[in-house]
Amino acid sequence: MVFLQQLINGLQLGSIYALIALGYSMVYGIILLLNFAHGDIIMVGGYIVLLIIAAGISPAVAIAACIIGCIVLACVIEKVAYTPLRSAPRISLLITAIGVSFFLENVAQLLWGADPRVFPATRIIPATSYQIGRLTISLTTIVTLVVAIAAMVVLMLLVQKSKMGKAMRAVSEDMGAAQLMGINLNRIITFTFAVGACLAAIGAILYCCKYPQVKPTTGYILGIKAFVAAVLGGIGSIPGAVLGGIAIGLAEVAVNALGYSTWTDAVVFVILIIVLLVKPTGFMGASMNEKV
Amino acid sequence: MKKLLSLILAVLLLVLCLSACGSDNGPAPDDGEQANTEPADGGAEASGDVITIGILGPQTGAVAQYGIAVKNGAQLYFDQLNAAGGINGKQIKYVVYDEEGDATKAVTGYNSLVDQGAVAIVGDVTTQPCVAVVTASQEDNMPMITASATATTVTYDADSDTVYKNMFRSCFIDPFQGQTMAKFAKEVLNAETAAVLYDNGDTYSTGVYEYFVAECAELGIDVVAVESYASGAVDYSGQLTNIANANPDVLFLPIYYNDVALVATQAASAGVTATMLGVDGWASVLTVVTDPALVEGAYYCSGYSAEDTSELVVKFLADYADAYNGETPNMFSAQGYDAAWILCDAIAAAEESGAEYGSDAYKQAIIDAMAATDSDYVTGHVTYDEHNDPQKTAAIINIVDGAEAFWGSY
Repeated sequence: MVFLQQLINGLQLGSIYALIALGYSMVYGIILLLNFAHGDIIMVGGYIVLLIIAAGISPAVAIAACIIGCIVLACVIEKVAYTPLRSAPRISLLITAIGVSFFLENVAQLLWGADPRVFPATRIIPATSYQIGRLTISLTTIVTLVVAIAAMVVLMLLVQKSKMGKAMRAVSEDMGAAQLMGINLNRIITFTFAVGACLAAIGAILYCCKYPQVKPTTGYILGIKAFVAAVLGGIGSIPGAVLGGIAIGLAEVAVNALGYSTWTDAVVFVILIIVLLVKPTGFMGASMNEKV
Repeated sequence: MKKLLSLILAVLLLVLCLSACGSDNGPAPDDGEQANTEPADGGAEASGDVITIGILGPQTGAVAQYGIAVKNGAQLYFDQLNAAGGINGKQIKYVVYDEEGDATKAVTGYNSLVDQGAVAIVGDVTTQPCVAVVTASQEDNMPMITASATATTVTYDADSDTVYKNMFRSCFIDPFQGQTMAKFAKEVLNAETAAVLYDNGDTYSTGVYEYFVAECAELGIDVVAVESYASGAVDYSGQLTNIANANPDVLFLPIYYNDVALVATQAASAGVTATMLGVDGWASVLTVVTDPALVEGAYYCSGYSAEDTSELVVKFLADYADAYNGETPNMFSAQGYDAAWILCDAIAAAEESGAEYGSDAYKQAIIDAMAATDSDYVTGHVTYDEHNDPQKTAAIINIVDGAEAFWGSY
């Protein structure tokens, strides 16, 4: 029974990682950029929700504002920081992404202070738990799993069935050829960032409901772990990101549950190193031809 | 061109030197704070008309809030004492030195206070600077009392088995909290089983945890689950599931309030029903939990409670509010006030002993008198053990109906 309970813990944490890892993977799939600012979008999303609820506005509005806010922020970042560098070497883009990440963290610290702020989790998901036999499942866990799965299904449909998704896949396969076929590259790239940010916003709300604190560095380690998840699953691959996220979540909970909590973060990064050494393409990634 | 370059470099070097000197002078004693009711200072020191006491602690920087609270508390006591005629007819002159929470600057500050004629020091505030200063103060045998450094290393070096005889404190020590809460669990809550979740990257947390478990063994409480997490981790679901499964009577959380908020949320989802027990790091926990119901019924110990209705606390609260725009003093202010009080009681004894002001015998007399302390202060009755650690009562705070209530002294 404990095992089942721990499995649920791992799935909950893992599904949040998966949502965030999807944003990394999609952006990488399109423009080969490791968007390190992705984690910080989550932090901004958390602040948006808590500030709006603190202002006395309904949680539904706060959630909508969080999703819209994250999308707008991601698109602005893409236009201002990444578009001018599209033809520059990938390393310049990577460094810019790290710079944007620091920028967001410091602006957040300037605006809202370094102390953790309380996230009004119970206003969004009530603190109810259900008892099934000896198994305790909180409403937060159920909502997280359901929302995460729904978001991933919608994303799959979007990428596989819609015209936009088809264009995204085309750009990811061959940017030049896609452009020659009349695909509006700028639109597709911006759209990809928007979808990634939308998932990040959902991830932000779910994350903050479970860990009800937001501080300027909230997104940092979360982003890094989601990045490891994306690499583990095979960066660029959507089902890979989901698998990777869940694997990392399960691994973390397993390490904690076995009493080796000192090593939790170390285990995550050891996984990264092993993947890079043994199978750099991850679970489901296409074989990489270019040198990084 | 080369000449111009070397000229510029030379000028730059000079400017750098000057600015470096400037910053050395930065943490100079805060002269503004020296002003007190005694107009005759300066040359008066030599004649022994004033008693100079240093206050060493961070007034700026990351831990400034603690330093300022301690300083406010100590200052209030000195001002009251001066208004009541001082000690043996002598006024207290206090000098504040801002060490910014830095161990190196604290030693500089200590030396500066010695140079300014301090015969005793209230400080330092946080553990690391405090340990640095204690080491430096051994040669001078300077009487010192900290209001807030709770680590055992402040008064006792376990490696060389040396007690720093000149160092005292008005706060209780880390192990004390673990022991107190274990006793409280056994005697008041009748707990038979206990679980612990602690931060394995924090010396405060691990220290308190070790003493709690040791005391549990002594008292016959069965510790059914010991779990930990790395500092900064936010997910404890794995650990809390194990704890829920062990189904303890009490869950001891020797951690800081921000972490408590995260643990409380996840403990509820994991189905933990144990009574939560905390330590003084829990102070202001209700400001950070999403729902007070998550910590309902928890107990934690504190150096002091503003809800305490004892005469000394009520008077202290009123005086503090008068002096500082109606503010309610926190634990650090109360302990700062007590530190000043304990020290001044000892200085009064030293004055009576007839030793020459500022002499080695005078300092030794202060130290002896402090070691013999045995009376009531704002934060409880204080006596000192052989490690110069106070034996005092803790205030137990109970969270009832979403508010912090003073349960009593224990």
